[in-house]
Amino acid sequence: MDTKAIKHIAELAHLKFKDEEIESFAIQFSGIINYVSSVEKLSLERIEPLTRPFEAQNVVRQDMAQSSIPKEDALLNAPKRNEMFFKVPKVIE
Amino acid sequence: MYNQDKYEAIIGLEVHSQLLTESKAFCTCSTKFGDTPNTNTCPVCLGHPGALPTLNEKLVEYAIKMGLATNCHIRQSSIFARKNYFYEDLPKGYQISQYDQPICYDGFIEIELDEFSTKKIGITRIHMEEDTGKSIHDIDIDTLLDFNRCGIPLIEIVSEPDIRSADEAYKYLEQLRQILLYLGISTANMEEGALRCDANISVRLRGEKNFGTKTEVKNLNSFRNVQKAIEYEIQRQIEEIESGNIIHQETRLWDAAKHQTRVMRTKEMAHDYRYFPEPDLVEVFVEDKFQNEILNTLPELPLQKKKRFIKDYSINNYDATILVNDYDLANFYENTIKCFSQPDKNKNKLVSNWIQTEVLRILSEQNISINELNLSANNLSELIELLASDKISSRIAKDIFPEIISTGKNPNAIIKEKNLVQVSDDALIESIVKKIIDENPDNVQKYKNGKNNLFGFFVGQVMKETQGKANPKIINKFLEKYLS
Repeated sequence: MDTKAIKHIAELAHLKFKDEEIESFAIQFSGIINYVSSVEKLSLERIEPLTRPFEAQNVVRQDMAQSSIPKEDALLNAPKRNEMFFKVPKVIE
Repeated sequence: MYNQDKYEAIIGLEVHSQLLTESKAFCTCSTKFGDTPNTNTCPVCLGHPGALPTLNEKLVEYAIKMGLATNCHIRQSSIFARKNYFYEDLPKGYQISQYDQPICYDGFIEIELDEFSTKKIGITRIHMEEDTGKSIHDIDIDTLLDFNRCGIPLIEIVSEPDIRSADEAYKYLEQLRQILLYLGISTANMEEGALRCDANISVRLRGEKNFGTKTEVKNLNSFRNVQKAIEYEIQRQIEEIESGNIIHQETRLWDAAKHQTRVMRTKEMAHDYRYFPEPDLVEVFVEDKFQNEILNTLPELPLQKKKRFIKDYSINNYDATILVNDYDLANFYENTIKCFSQPDKNKNKLVSNWIQTEVLRILSEQNISINELNLSANNLSELIELLASDKISSRIAKDIFPEIISTGKNPNAIIKEKNLVQVSDDALIESIVKKIIDENPDNVQKYKNGKNNLFGFFVGQVMKETQGKANPKIINKFLEKYLS
C-alpha cells in the first residue's frame, strides 16, 4: 500500500489527514495486508467463499406496512432542517 | 440529421422500476407516493447505527416475476451486496443492491419494429435494490431531502447494447412498462418517478466491430424525453467525431427545457463502489416450487395478447395496439367479445371502434379506468348486437349509451321502454322519403343542380319524421332513387 492508495481510500471515506499520517498509515496498512496475504499460500481451490459464519436462507418478512416514526423524531438528527425537510449544502450545479 | 448510412448508434438502457409493495424493501415503512415528506421513515431507512434490515418477501417474488416475464434465467442462490458511496440521498453511506450475482440474468424481450417484424432486445440482468431519498435542488438555497422514498424496493433492468435508435429505445421502454403493468408489480409511472431510465450511448462507423466510447445520459423523466435525449446525444457524438474530436466517457444530464445534454458535475463522482456482500442479510434461495408457482401466475404478456387479438378477432394492428395498451381495457374488450353467441368479425370491429371512441372518451372525461366505469361487458355486447343487426341506429346507440352507464340497465330494456327500435320497414321509409321530397321542391331542384351536400338535409328530415329511428341505409337507398 503506497501513500497514493491511502489518499484514495481517505478521499472515499471523506477523511482528511496530514502527509505524515498518511505515510504512517501506508506502513501500517502494508503490514496488515502482508499478514493477511499469508492466506494466499494455502490451497483454497475447493473452498467456497464464505460470506457469513452461519448458514441461513430466506429470512424474510411479509409485506405489511407499519407506522413509522414521527417526522419530528426523524428530523432530530438533521444537521440543518426546515419544516419538513432535511437540508444539506447544494450538491448539484 | 446525422448521416445514418455512415454511423450506427449503440444503445443500452438501465431501467429502474419501483415495485408496488406496501412496505419498503428492508423495513416496514409505507411506500405510499405523495405523503408528507419524511413521515415514512424509521431508523432502518434513515441509516441509524445498529438498525438492521429485514427483507420484504414481495421484493424477491416481484423480481422473479419480472425475470420470468422477460425470459431470464433465475439464479437459485443470490446475495445482496453493499454499494458504497457518499451522497446526500443515501443516509447509510451504501445502497443495498446486488452485484455479481443478480437474481435474474440472460433474458430478452421482443419489441415490434413495425406491423410485420419484431426484434429481440437482450436483458443482461435484473437485480434487486433499494431506492434512495429524493433530493430537491430547486426550491431552496440548500438541497432539500425527503427520505420517504429511501428504501422503496426497486428492480434494475439492464439491457444488452442491442438498441440501435431512439425509436427502438422508446419501444423497448414502452414494452417494459407494459410488462410491469401486466404483472401488476409497478405503477410504471415515469412522471412520478416509479420508472426511471438511464441510457448508455455510443456511435461507431457502420461496419466497425468495436464499440465507440459511450456516455451515460441521465434525467430522462418521460418517454418523450428518452427519445429526444437519445436523438440529441447520437447527433452530438457524430458531430464531435466528424469535427475531429474524441468522445469522453462521462455522465451527461438531459436538459428538457434546453433540448440538450450537458456534462453532469456533482461534488461526489468517485466511481469506486467497493461492493462487498451485505453482512446483515442472508442468502436468497429460490426453490423450484416457488419459481413454478410464480410461473403459473404469469399473465399473457402484452405482445402475445396483441398478436392473438389480431389473429383471433381479425382486428387490425392499430386497434389491437390501443386495446392491449391497457391491461384492463384489453380484458374488457375480450369479455365483451365472449358475450356474443356467434363469433363475428364485424362485431369484433364494432366493439373495438366503440371502445376507442365512446368508452375512451368517457374514461378520459371522467379521468377513470375501465374498471371504475359502470359498464358491463354484457351490456356493451348487447348494444353492439343491436347495432350490428340494424335494430337500432348508431345515433340511437350513442344516445342511450349514457343511460346504460348511469342506470346499468341493459340496452334491450332501454330501447323497448323508450320505443327506439330502428324502423327498417321499406314501404314505410319509402313513403316518408316521398313525402319529404314533395314538401321540399326548392331543395330538390338545388340538389339536382349540383348542391350535393343537401343530401344530408333530406336524411335529417326523414330522421326527424321518424324520431331518429329510421334505418339510414334504407333512407339512403330511397333518397338516391328519388333524387336522381
